[in-house]
Amino acid sequence: MSESENIVVETAEKIFGDLADAQTINHDKESKWKAPLWKALSEAGLPLSWVGEEFGGSGASLAEGFGVIGAAGRHAIAVPLAETMLAGWLLAQAKISSPEGEMTVAPASPKDRITLNADGTLSGRARGVPLAKAAKHIAVLATGANSASIALVDAKAVRIEAGLNLANDHSDTVTFDKIAPSIIKPAPKGFDQTALMLMGGVVRSLQIAGTLESMLDISVRYSNERVAFEKKISKFQAVQHNLAKLAGESAAALAAATSAADTIANNVSFADDAVFLEAVAAKIRCSEAAEKGSAIAHQVHGAIGFTIEHILHRYTLRALSWRDDFGSESYWAVKLGERVAARGADELWPLVASR
Amino acid sequence: MTAALRFDPIRLPEKCQELRKEVRAFLAEEIAAGTFSPFKPNREDTDVPEFSRKVGARGWLGMTWPKKYGGHERSFLERYVVTEEMRVANAPTRRFFVADRQSGPVLLKYAPEHVKMDILPRICRGEVCFAIGMSEPNSGSDLFAAKTRATKTDGGYLINGTKIWTSSAHIADYMIAIFRTSPPTKENRRHGLTQFLVKMKQPGIQVNPIGQITGQFEFNEVVFTDYFVPDDHVLGEIDGAWKQATSELAYERSGPERFLETYYVLTELVRAVGNKPDARAAEGIGRLVAQVHTMRRMSVSVAGMLQAGKEPVVEASIVKDIGTVWEQQLPHRVRDLAAFVEEEASNRETLEHQLSFAIKTAPKLTIQGGTTEVLRGIIARGLGLR
Repeated sequence: MSESENIVVETAEKIFGDLADAQTINHDKESKWKAPLWKALSEAGLPLSWVGEEFGGSGASLAEGFGVIGAAGRHAIAVPLAETMLAGWLLAQAKISSPEGEMTVAPASPKDRITLNADGTLSGRARGVPLAKAAKHIAVLATGANSASIALVDAKAVRIEAGLNLANDHSDTVTFDKIAPSIIKPAPKGFDQTALMLMGGVVRSLQIAGTLESMLDISVRYSNERVAFEKKISKFQAVQHNLAKLAGESAAALAAATSAADTIANNVSFADDAVFLEAVAAKIRCSEAAEKGSAIAHQVHGAIGFTIEHILHRYTLRALSWRDDFGSESYWAVKLGERVAARGADELWPLVASR
Repeated sequence: MTAALRFDPIRLPEKCQELRKEVRAFLAEEIAAGTFSPFKPNREDTDVPEFSRKVGARGWLGMTWPKKYGGHERSFLERYVVTEEMRVANAPTRRFFVADRQSGPVLLKYAPEHVKMDILPRICRGEVCFAIGMSEPNSGSDLFAAKTRATKTDGGYLINGTKIWTSSAHIADYMIAIFRTSPPTKENRRHGLTQFLVKMKQPGIQVNPIGQITGQFEFNEVVFTDYFVPDDHVLGEIDGAWKQATSELAYERSGPERFLETYYVLTELVRAVGNKPDARAAEGIGRLVAQVHTMRRMSVSVAGMLQAGKEPVVEASIVKDIGTVWEQQLPHRVRDLAAFVEEEASNRETLEHQLSFAIKTAPKLTIQGGTTEVLRGIIARGLGLR
């Protein structure tokens, strides 16, 4: 990572460290931590990292933004930072300026479609839209007869049915019933819903990888403190081997997610098979790591980690929830398998070894 | 952060992809000429000296070594490309693989100049085969329990004892082995072992083949009886082998051979399901491809860090741990997914044959070159648990 990337990520880390301490958040029943955190993130220009200055953003690079996303994952925070970044990025694809305040994106699942009607309005239902209840605006990828469009929609104009994910973060159903967007512009050539899903999937992959880094960190620390059978549990070989496996899952998630992010950061087309492989493999592998890794983190902690008072669930339940956003690992595995099969057996290795 | 694991997104430079084309063209020629079959991993005759010489002639052995020893001063990433292409093609690399990966670098570091000048160019030409003498009947993973003795005599050492599970000893020209030169000390149980270069096919060495559950005879028992090793074949510090072993492990543990050993069954599965698989087969293949992609990214990342002069010991151990567990599971997952493959699939017989061999091979993958348990101990130490 270059020095400038480090500075942006360090800024984010410092804000999270100061204003998103896991213990404090966990004991704050009224979510009083959210407003000051959001204010600090906004003042630092982080929610609109991926929006150029000419469109109201701070114009950070994709790589810098991905670094911020990873940090957000390590802190398992649920203010709409990643969602606003993604929304700003989507709007910028169509050269639409980003408004101030929280945003999210729709659709958030490859199975949902928002359609552009002949009269310029939008129709459709998007399920599992992350943090829609907290959003002032929604960036929408709308599918038309022949091409895709990108629109900015006022959150007050749509119907939002509240839902919660495993971590009790909002994951809402947003219904567009002939809604007139604030602004709508054609998406660039070749940019379609799959591109949005791949980008969203890489964002979630980085966040999951971040939670796994923290799960490893917290679990190692706990095992070096907790005494049972008259010694630290970190001295038991069974515990050591479980933690080594957790390190493996964390490492695999980190490698897959950072590789996919790096691929996208280097200006490649989402239509390219190698980019598709990078992005969906990251989502699949990180989701698998979320399952295996969170099980080990809980096992190491025993009953205390199963309590609402302990911070562990902040990481494990978000990692498990984030698997579902922008296409689950099962969905993408089918798509990847189909693409591999269509290319043929002898074209599999050339694809894997292409970069 | 207690554990700062790093897996930077390393890409292979353009010149590596040029090299890849050359390697593929070469392998295609050799396959066409009947030197080996890419569909048969279970060849009885994996020792193909002629192939070894041709690979040497191409400049693909000792790729990273200094030119004065016959090397080519190329990068680890270039070597990586050659290694993975050979592995995926099921090329017969047995004769040169150990020498190129492991023994050559040890000699480069610890052998006297005249020994280097004698042996390294021959490795680069693909002429010599190496074995590694580590395990003994009562010391496997516990390397430092080795008892085979090297007793000082005029001008060298006399070796007495037995090495076991020694791959390729029956065809090897040399072995790099550890022998006991002193007893361990109270303070350091790893003290007292010395690394030696041993010339094979000499009186005083008896190689007894050991059959494996695959039906192959690739490892051996090697018995030393008053076998003489000259002083100039001592590699490194007397009694100090333990200091030398660890730094090479990152190279040994993170290469493509640590997750591609059974890869061929995945290729044949894709062939067997055809270009329109059902959702079950597609999902299964998708998950396996996501794994192999991730393993490769991790492995390339470690190669890149090695090239940059870092020592990613924990990262390399992680690659071998999860890579070998994965390549062990792969044939079983492919078997599951192949359960509903059409009877008339054109490659059905090939796939079944490969699966039976891969399933029999699988148990060794998490044992050879450092067991899963040993690796997890190293990772645990890296995490600050020991």
